[in-house]
Amino acid sequence: MTEYAIEARNAVKAFGQGDVAVRALDDVSIQIRKGEFFTLLGPSGCGKTTLLRLIAGFETPTSGQILLDGQDITALPPNRRPVNTVFQSYALFPHLTVAQNVAFGLQMLGRPRAEVDRTVERMLALVKLEPMAGRKTSQLSGGQQQRVALARALAPTPKVLLLDEPLSALDLKLRKEMQVELKRLQTETGITFVFVTHDQEEALTMSDRIGVMSAGKLQQVGAPREIYTTPVNRFVASFIGETNFLPAVLGATGAVLGSGDVLALSTGGKTGPATLAVRPEQVRLVPAGEPGSLPATITGWVYFGTDTHVHLALRDGTEVVARLQSGATGDSALTKGEAVGLRFTDGALQILGD
Amino acid sequence: MADRNFSATRIPGFATIAVAAFVVLYLPIFTLVIYAFNAGQSIAVWEGISFHWFAKAWANEAVKSATLRSLIIAVSASAIATSVATMAALGTTRRPAFRGQTFIYVMINQPLMVPEIVTAVALLIFFGVIKQATGYQGLGYLILAHTAFCIPFAYLPIRARLEGMDLSLETAAADLYASDWQTFRFVTLPLLFPGIIAGAMLAFVISLDDVVITEFVKAGGQDTLPTYMLGQMRRAITPEVNAISTGLLALTVVLLTAFFLLTRKKG
Repeated sequence: MTEYAIEARNAVKAFGQGDVAVRALDDVSIQIRKGEFFTLLGPSGCGKTTLLRLIAGFETPTSGQILLDGQDITALPPNRRPVNTVFQSYALFPHLTVAQNVAFGLQMLGRPRAEVDRTVERMLALVKLEPMAGRKTSQLSGGQQQRVALARALAPTPKVLLLDEPLSALDLKLRKEMQVELKRLQTETGITFVFVTHDQEEALTMSDRIGVMSAGKLQQVGAPREIYTTPVNRFVASFIGETNFLPAVLGATGAVLGSGDVLALSTGGKTGPATLAVRPEQVRLVPAGEPGSLPATITGWVYFGTDTHVHLALRDGTEVVARLQSGATGDSALTKGEAVGLRFTDGALQILGD
Repeated sequence: MADRNFSATRIPGFATIAVAAFVVLYLPIFTLVIYAFNAGQSIAVWEGISFHWFAKAWANEAVKSATLRSLIIAVSASAIATSVATMAALGTTRRPAFRGQTFIYVMINQPLMVPEIVTAVALLIFFGVIKQATGYQGLGYLILAHTAFCIPFAYLPIRARLEGMDLSLETAAADLYASDWQTFRFVTLPLLFPGIIAGAMLAFVISLDDVVITEFVKAGGQDTLPTYMLGQMRRAITPEVNAISTGLLALTVVLLTAFFLLTRKKG
């Protein structure tokens, strides 16, 4: 047995033919471990939903393989894959009651009636919808429908649960509640979750690991902290959280910025033009002229309550944003046009390949 | 402040025109029903209330056999037409657009566009050849002819229902281990049911009502209720015709009411 619940090997999905063919998925290989909460994160059109549909079997790859538990399932139709989906639109059956919706998968599998009834009861308890068992799904609120969709997909105990942006139709408060709820369900059931979202915050708070996708390709796979602190390229750095990009030329002992300032930095042997990335919370303001600091000018700021985003310009006009926590030194005494010094937290600067 | 939305109800004379339209639509039918209860021989001179003509029509063997024949044809034709129309609707909506799709629509809806009299003559000649060749003289010809012109009436409401249906429901069923057949049986069909009922009822009423094609295609002694009534008109007209018409009207109203109640509950 393998440690991977789902594996994609060189999966390609092209839509259209010949010159107009679009590669929605361009040679993606990925391994999703058993029992983990894995998130596919990326902007719309990046191929994350296509990958999900390949795993579910709603689409067949143009080339490449999909493996479940080490078995090649590429040719299996969706109804023969032990994988269930929570759809973005929920896709609840409007002619059935809540309980009948949850029972559907088990009935199609031909499970005995007593077992079906017992499981439905357990599932409804799991999502706290027991009193709604006899209702039509149209009589439920958005959050309740969401939970029915979850219970319906979990009832047949799939090896993998696929979730296609399931929270996007909910309002903010409900979405936060459901994030906690989903994480709880995943822990309680131990089922592998593959969750698709374009919301980076959702991805960071819920996932064990994240796969960041863009333009049909997998850009980076890693734990949330890893993705956030050491993004491998400019796309990942800019899509997840806010980042300052500083164009620079790398030398043996450091980097020369566009402004002509020199930063001492271990470049790991790389030389030549590169982009440095640094998160706004890792930028500190110090008095102008402090040794080792970069000279900059305050151009403005935005107050967010818990913190203040200070916009600064380096000598060549390169924009840098610093995030000052409220109550930190200097956050209430900012002056436009004031000359200051910038310092970066140790190890905060990332050298990005493009 | 004036409502910015356009509403036909505020056009001057709206009420008058509406009332006039309803009078023109329903007064003749109302008169027909009233005279069905006439005690006298005339369909125009009122001589008092009586159920005499209903009793007479009920006892009339020719009316009985024509009614039975009409029902057999309407039930068979609407059942076959609805099944065919359901398959046609599934075939034209449950797949990506294909070359010649518009052509297929036109073909399916042909009976709506070709003048009925042309179809009638064509069928008369065509069935004549078949009758010659096979010797079969039964009701099959009428059922077949009725099925043909009933198909578009069954097809249109079913297709409308299918097009309004969320495709992801069928995807969800497949995801939940339903085979193609189970998906159709447990998801598509129940959701399609109001459309199928609507199509079947429309087809039934259209078949029950047909005169032109039936008149051309029927063999001797194969009168349906409408062609029997047409035959009666050529002789002395009595309120018996009114009584039969009233019966047909009642049947139609009952069917439509049943359909309305059925779909309202589902909706």
